[in-house]
Amino acid sequence: MNVRNLGISFIAVVAAFGTWWIVSESGSVSPLFLPTPHAVWNAFLEIMRDGYKGSPLMTHIGESLKRLALAFAIALLTAIPLGLLSGYFAKVRAFVDPFIEFYRPLPPLAYYTLLVLWLGIGDSSKVALLALAAFAPLYLSVVSGVGKVPRDRINGARSLGAKDWDVFVHVIFPSTLPDLFTGIRTSIGMTYTTLVAAEMVAAVSGMGWMVLDASKFLRSDIIFVGIILMGLIAVLIDLLIRWLEHNRVPWKGKE
Amino acid sequence: MALTLPANRPADGSPFAEGEPLITLSNLALAYGSGKRKKQVLAQVDLAIREHEFVAVLGSSGCGKTSLLRLLAGYEHPTAGSINVLGQSKVSPSSEVGVVFQHANLFPWLSVQSNVEFGLKMKRIPKRQRQDIASEIIAQVGLAPNAQYLPYQLSGGMKQRAAIARTLASEPRILLMDEPFGALDAVTRETLQTLLKSIWHTRRRTVFFITHDVDEALFQGTRIIVMRGAPGTIGTDIANPLFDESGSTASLRKSKEYAFLRETLLERM
Repeated sequence: MNVRNLGISFIAVVAAFGTWWIVSESGSVSPLFLPTPHAVWNAFLEIMRDGYKGSPLMTHIGESLKRLALAFAIALLTAIPLGLLSGYFAKVRAFVDPFIEFYRPLPPLAYYTLLVLWLGIGDSSKVALLALAAFAPLYLSVVSGVGKVPRDRINGARSLGAKDWDVFVHVIFPSTLPDLFTGIRTSIGMTYTTLVAAEMVAAVSGMGWMVLDASKFLRSDIIFVGIILMGLIAVLIDLLIRWLEHNRVPWKGKE
Repeated sequence: MALTLPANRPADGSPFAEGEPLITLSNLALAYGSGKRKKQVLAQVDLAIREHEFVAVLGSSGCGKTSLLRLLAGYEHPTAGSINVLGQSKVSPSSEVGVVFQHANLFPWLSVQSNVEFGLKMKRIPKRQRQDIASEIIAQVGLAPNAQYLPYQLSGGMKQRAAIARTLASEPRILLMDEPFGALDAVTRETLQTLLKSIWHTRRRTVFFITHDVDEALFQGTRIIVMRGAPGTIGTDIANPLFDESGSTASLRKSKEYAFLRETLLERM
């Protein structure tokens, strides 16, 4: 994005914020539906100072991010090797695909109760749910990346003495990196949206839980704090991944 | 004296040819698909290439030049006839037979240095040693200041230099080149032609060089082959009477003999 477009984005955000300010301060809308920015800021300061329901705000954020990170690590460690194998060996793909295509469109809440039954109400079921949400986009991006590796890149590597394993590790895997990064961004998005669902059942911490709990007490100000925090954290995570992508895959789109 | 083309398929091959053939093709054929969709790409190809020859292969688009190169590289297998490359009758890709593609085909995530080291790494040569070998070759192709660049940061000519360096680093006995300079501008092409000739002069690899540029063939080849399609087969196969090992053909280009050879080869393409 160039500087001018960045300016447009900035103006748009300021305008939205200004509209919120004017509408809520005018008193024409009940604070239950739309709290003032001032009230939201105060609620933020309050939970920063006193925590929410016995736990500091940082613990709620930390718990959510811990679940997210753990689930994502599991998804990366399973989706990359399986995606590479499926992309390279049609038979492996034929074996794995039916299961992935079946569970991928299912709403996570539909099978979450099963996971809770199997894994208990602790963190394991939440992490499992998030890992499942993260897995499919990662797996599919790697499979698609393998499919795009130019035939002559593999031939060229063989003519330089690369054996099967070398081709896999030194040619196919790095070739899929551009697609993998796209997959990581999609996958983080999916996982993040599933987070709230995961924290709905039997949780006592986490950003998602905080928002849902606040809604029971009609604390719109805290709901706003939670939503704004979740949004900002998501933007930061995406920026981090894009920065990583820029550094690790600088050739993307320039081959 | 009337100008005539040198003898077709000379028994003693071309200048510098030595020993037993490294490549032998006999009655070779290649077809893709089957039934109604069967496409005969090559038919009745007979060819023997001996050590140190620089064989320039001419032919118009679609006459099977690249298919022939892919057979020699082990990327394809003949549907009939026999092939023998370095004693192997079932050819599979190996570092003994290096390939330079029309589009450099470098690994985009590796620097020039690491690209050139790739083949050495596959041979499990220790890091220090392969760095030294690669650096020397990179300097030879004039890329020393760009050794740490990624391929996307290089011009087309630089990429092709890097690709040649990468292939040479593995010390292949045979070098297969598929129109390596075809996508370059005239000035860069001439520079790289001179570079390739000097490399051949010092390293004396056996080269199978595809081009559709008759001047390039006359400049590079100790031997010139003209393929005709379709299905592709070898028509003309002569020792290049104008081959000058170290020099250029710039002075020769004005001669009657050059004009005659050029015309005749063009006609036969």
